[in-house]
Amino acid sequence: MAAPVDTLKLENPPAELVREPLVQNFRSPGWISDAIAGVSEGKTPLWWKLSFGISVTMMTVCFSLITYLVSTGVGVWGLGHPVMWGWAIVNFVWWIGIGHAGTLISAILFLLRQRWRTAVNRAAEAMTIFAVMCAGIYPLIHVGRVWFGWWLFPLPNSQGIWPQFRSPLMWDVFAVSTYFTVSLLFWYMGLIPDLAVMRDRAKSKIRKIGYGLFALGWTGSNRHWSNYEKAYLILAGLSTPLVLSVHSIVSLDFSVSQLPGWHTTIFPPYFVAGAVFSGFGLVLTLLIPIRKVYHLEDIITLRHIDLMCKVILATGSIVGYAYGMEVFIAWYGGNPYERFAFMNRAFGPYWWGYWIMISCNVLVPQFFWFKGFRRNVFIVWFLSILVNIGMWFERFEIVVTSLNREFLPSNWGYYAPTWVDLLTFMGTYGLFFTFFLLFLRFLPIIAIAEVKAITPQADPHHPMGGAKTGGHH
Amino acid sequence: MAEVLATQEMTVPYGLVAEFETPAATMHAAEIIRDSGFTRWDVFTPYPVHGMDDAMGMKSSKVGWYSFIGGVTGYTTGMIMIWWMNAYDYPIVIGGKPMFSPMSAFPPSYELTILFGSFGALLGMLFMNRLPRLHHPLLKHGRFKQATHDKFFVVVEASDPKYSVTETRRLLESAGSKSIEVVEE
Repeated sequence: MAAPVDTLKLENPPAELVREPLVQNFRSPGWISDAIAGVSEGKTPLWWKLSFGISVTMMTVCFSLITYLVSTGVGVWGLGHPVMWGWAIVNFVWWIGIGHAGTLISAILFLLRQRWRTAVNRAAEAMTIFAVMCAGIYPLIHVGRVWFGWWLFPLPNSQGIWPQFRSPLMWDVFAVSTYFTVSLLFWYMGLIPDLAVMRDRAKSKIRKIGYGLFALGWTGSNRHWSNYEKAYLILAGLSTPLVLSVHSIVSLDFSVSQLPGWHTTIFPPYFVAGAVFSGFGLVLTLLIPIRKVYHLEDIITLRHIDLMCKVILATGSIVGYAYGMEVFIAWYGGNPYERFAFMNRAFGPYWWGYWIMISCNVLVPQFFWFKGFRRNVFIVWFLSILVNIGMWFERFEIVVTSLNREFLPSNWGYYAPTWVDLLTFMGTYGLFFTFFLLFLRFLPIIAIAEVKAITPQADPHHPMGGAKTGGHH
Repeated sequence: MAEVLATQEMTVPYGLVAEFETPAATMHAAEIIRDSGFTRWDVFTPYPVHGMDDAMGMKSSKVGWYSFIGGVTGYTTGMIMIWWMNAYDYPIVIGGKPMFSPMSAFPPSYELTILFGSFGALLGMLFMNRLPRLHHPLLKHGRFKQATHDKFFVVVEASDPKYSVTETRRLLESAGSKSIEVVEE
C-alpha cells in the first residue's frame, strides 16, 4: 500500500496547470479492482432482470419479423420504386456509425496518449461490437433472397462467376467484416489481464474455470506485459486506419454512384465525422446511467463527460461544416440536378427530416461550448439522445431524399416505412441491449489494469508509487 | 514418516517468490536482480509498470514482426485473389475497363492487410508469451493471486544458474521484500 495520503509532500504545480485527477479521491489500485470487478460479482439487481427481459423480448420481435420478411418477401417493408434503399440501409449506416466512437476511444485516443480513455474504452468497445452486429443484420436481409447472401463472399456462383471487385459493395463486405473481427480481437486482448483479475477473485468453481479459460493463463509477468503492450500499440495503430476506412467505404457505396446528392467527394470524411459524433452520443447515453447505478463516479468522472462533450462539439461542428459545404457546392457546382436534390432535401416532401437533422446535429452540440452544460449529467444525457436522433435522420435524408426524386419526374415517388420496418428497427435495440446487459453482468465493464496504470500510485517515480521524495531513481 | 519424506523428495522447487508493496520498490529490486546477473527471473505486476523493461534489462518486444508478416500476407492475398478471380479465372469486361486495376482492388486488400496484421499482433503476442497455458506453478501460490490485485512479485526461478535458496533469499531481503517464499513446481 502506498504511503498515507496526508503525509505526502508533493510539489505543487502552478494553479492554472493543475488538472483534475483522472481517478478521484486518490483511489488505490485495490479499490479499483474491487469497485469494477464487484459490479459483476454481486447479486443480480432487479433492474437488470427487468431490462434484460424487455431486451430479450424486443430481440425476439426483431427475429420474428425477420422470419416474416424472409418467408413473405421484401414487400412487407415500405421499399418500392423508386426508393429501393429504405430503412434497411438507413439503419445499417446508422448502427455502423455508432460503433466508430468505440474504436476512436480505444485506438486513436490511445495513439494520442489521452489517458482518460481508460475509464471508458471497455464499454465503448463493447458498444462498437454490438452495434456492428446490429448493423450487420441489414445488408444480409435487405437483399430479399437471403439464401443468396453468400454471393457477398468471394465464392464462385453456380456458373463459376466470381463477385466483381470493382463494386464498392464488395469493398463494404471486406470493410465491415474486418471491422467487426478486429474490434473483437482488440476488445478481447484488452480483456485478457482483467479476466485474470476476475479469475483470481473468483469464489465459485464455475467462475474460476470460466474466467480462467478465457484469461489464457495470464499471470501479469512483466515479460508478458512487454509483448502485450507492443501488440496493443500495434492493434491501436491498425485500428486507426481501419476505423477511418470503414465509414469511408460505406460512404463510397453512395458516392461512387451517379445520383445527385450522393455523388460527392466530401462523403468519406463527412461520414467518418458523423459516425464518431453519433457514437459519442451513444457512449454518453450508456455511461451516464452506468456510472450512477454502479457508483463508479470516481473512475468515470465529470471530467470524462466534459471531455466527451468536447469531442461531440468538435465532430458535430465538422458535420455542420460538411452540411454547409454540400449546399454551397450544390449551388456553386452549377449542376441543376444537384441543386434540385438539395432544394428537395430541405424543402421537399421530407423537409421535416432535414430540419430535425440540422437542429440535432448542428445546433444541439453548440450547447457544449459552455462548461455548465458539459458538466450537468442530466442535460448531457438528454442532448446525447438528441444527437443520436439527429444522426439517424441524417442517414434517412441521405438515403431517401436522393432516391425519391431523381432525374426523371415520372420516376418520382414517396417512401414511407411499414410497421415491419419500425418494429424490426426497434428490435435491433433489443439485440443491442441484450448483449450489452450480458456484458455489464459478466465482464469487467472498465479496463481494470489500464485504470490502475494511470493512478499516481502506479507510477514508480511518484511519491505515491513509493518513490523517495526528492531522490533520484 | 517415510511417506512424508518421499513426497518432499518428489517436490521440485520452482523458485523464490518475493512480495513487494509499491512499484518503486519492485523496480529497485528488479535492478538489483538484473545487476546480479540472473537470467531466469521475472517481475509480476497488476498493470504494466513503465520503466520496468529497462529495470529488467529487457530488449524491445519482437511482436511487431508477426504483425508485419501478417500485414504483408493480407495485402498480397487480397491483390492476388482479386486478380485471379476477376482477370484470370473468369474475366468479364466491365465498362470497357482493364480486367485488373490495382485501384479498385486496393480497398479490400487494405482491409485484409489490417485483418491479417491484427491476427499477427494478437497471435504473435500469445506465441511470444507461450500462452495460453492451463497451468502455472505460481498460480498455486496463495498470495500470488494478489499479483492481479495490488501487489508486486519478483520471482527468481530455481533453474537459474546463479540461484541459491539462501543467497538469493538474502539478496531479495536486502532489496526490501518483507515476504519471501519458495514455490514448488
